Amino acid sequence: MRNDESLGLPAGWTKSERQLERERLRRKSSLRSGSVATVSTIIVIVLLLWLFTASPGWPRVRDTFFDPEQFAKALPDVLSGFLLNIKIFLIAEPLILLVGLLVALARNLTAPVFFPLRALAVVYTDVFRGVPTILIIYLVGFGLPALGLQGTPTDLATLGIIALTLSYGAYVAEVFRAGIESVHPSQRAAARSLGLSHGQTMRHVVVPQAVRRVVPPLLNDFVSLQKDTALVATIGPLEALRQAQIHVAGNFNYTPYLVAALLFILLTIPMARFTDYLAARSQRRRSQ
Amino acid sequence: MVRPSMLLALGALAATAVACAPASETTTQTSSAAPSASGAAAGACAKDGLALKTPGKLTIGTDKPAYEPWFNGDDPSNGKGFESAVAYAVAGQMGFAEGDVTWATVKFDSAFAPGAKQFDFDVNQVSVTPDRAKVVDFSKGYYTVKQAVVALDGSKVAAATGLADLKDAKIGVQVGTTSLQAVKDVIQPSAELNVYNEQIDAVNALKNKQVDAVVVDLPTAFYVTAAQVENSKIVGQFGTASGVPEVFGAVFEKGSPLVSCVNEAIDKLTASGELAKIETEWLGSAAGAPELK
Repeated sequence: MRNDESLGLPAGWTKSERQLERERLRRKSSLRSGSVATVSTIIVIVLLLWLFTASPGWPRVRDTFFDPEQFAKALPDVLSGFLLNIKIFLIAEPLILLVGLLVALARNLTAPVFFPLRALAVVYTDVFRGVPTILIIYLVGFGLPALGLQGTPTDLATLGIIALTLSYGAYVAEVFRAGIESVHPSQRAAARSLGLSHGQTMRHVVVPQAVRRVVPPLLNDFVSLQKDTALVATIGPLEALRQAQIHVAGNFNYTPYLVAALLFILLTIPMARFTDYLAARSQRRRSQ
Repeated sequence: MVRPSMLLALGALAATAVACAPASETTTQTSSAAPSASGAAAGACAKDGLALKTPGKLTIGTDKPAYEPWFNGDDPSNGKGFESAVAYAVAGQMGFAEGDVTWATVKFDSAFAPGAKQFDFDVNQVSVTPDRAKVVDFSKGYYTVKQAVVALDGSKVAAATGLADLKDAKIGVQVGTTSLQAVKDVIQPSAELNVYNEQIDAVNALKNKQVDAVVVDLPTAFYVTAAQVENSKIVGQFGTASGVPEVFGAVFEKGSPLVSCVNEAIDKLTASGELAKIETEWLGSAAGAPELK
């Protein structure tokens, strides 16, 4: 509760009868619209359930995809595989942000002497945005070890992290670049006129504003990365999808796939909601 | 406006209401298919009386790529390779000419998908297991399979003489194969397995020394050492943990009336020695790998 003193209202002030009536009305109408929404939601869900379960093939679908026994059998293995997915994206994400930011900054260097660096950044983003992620995982996962160089990582998760970082670094670099370019040139001009160098301008003026603007698309890429960790399965490690696949092949029942899908959903939905919230918040701030 | 807290409360209300909604859990499972008839009369397998996907044609499914030595040149319809030869022999027994056999590309995963199948039966080195037999019907076994361990010459597992020597090895297998289960049950390695989408990926991992050994069925092992990986050898073979021999069977949709007819054909081929002859022709070298105990 806010106390009325803090609002600078005179002591002894009470709400008028009219105001109280107004609030009562508002409460009543919000309650009414809430109940209507609830009832209609329940009706729709019950209808959908009935539609599904009354279809002729439902028992077959239920036994193939929603078998509780298979679900319980697959869950521990799929869950243990899922820990690897989580490990992969937790390590990959900071690396991706770093690579993306560095590439975006390299593309923003204007001095002629840095041309090779700029060209390299352009080539990198073009190539790695153009190649399907699964192909990059294959090339890194089987190609790097085939080189047989000293010190190449042998751990499959590490190879997967390298591949995902290369692939997603290109996307994130473009997101950062869009953010940097969206900062009004007057900001840069003002900073330079205050005597800041290009580096200082970027560090203190441009990048902080740019990053704030691109948080929602960055989180979007992050959600996408969480799902793409499943692609690392192709080079051999036992992650959630692979564990599910093993169970499916053993029992000829698809329920384990559903287990894996549920785990991914449980992970990505909170992220998606958080993204929505941040986007809404920045919208509110801008409109003030 | 509805306040967020109110939304939450209403959401919870909605959720509980839905949770209490009557779900029709009482519907009993009615299998759409009748149990497959066994020991059908010989007349029931007359070619014209068979329930086929395409009338007058026998549609056989298999995966693509189709690997040696089961198929030859990734073309199942040339009658070359063990499974292709067996398929044509079975078709011949059932009264189909070579021209009446059509092949369908069926990925392993979709061979046991519910619903109408695209094939009359599927041959894809599918091992018969009780769990799988709950979902599809299998024919009698047309090949008894052993698992084999393949390693690079001079690697630490190449000299293994028993299963105990493989305990610490990093092993690669293909997903969906019984090799995976066999490794878990019989070798019980201390390191986690590497599991690959395709057999060729597992073989490449062996080449790159990402795994110490791969486990495949014995005929495939002979093909891998002979044609795919230089300086590799078969360390040895091993059977199932239970001692029940593992067999490959043709896959049918549950309740297919064709099962008994195909079984009859396989029985005839076994009795006449035709099946053994095909095996010698295509998998002849697949003997003589040391037994791992």
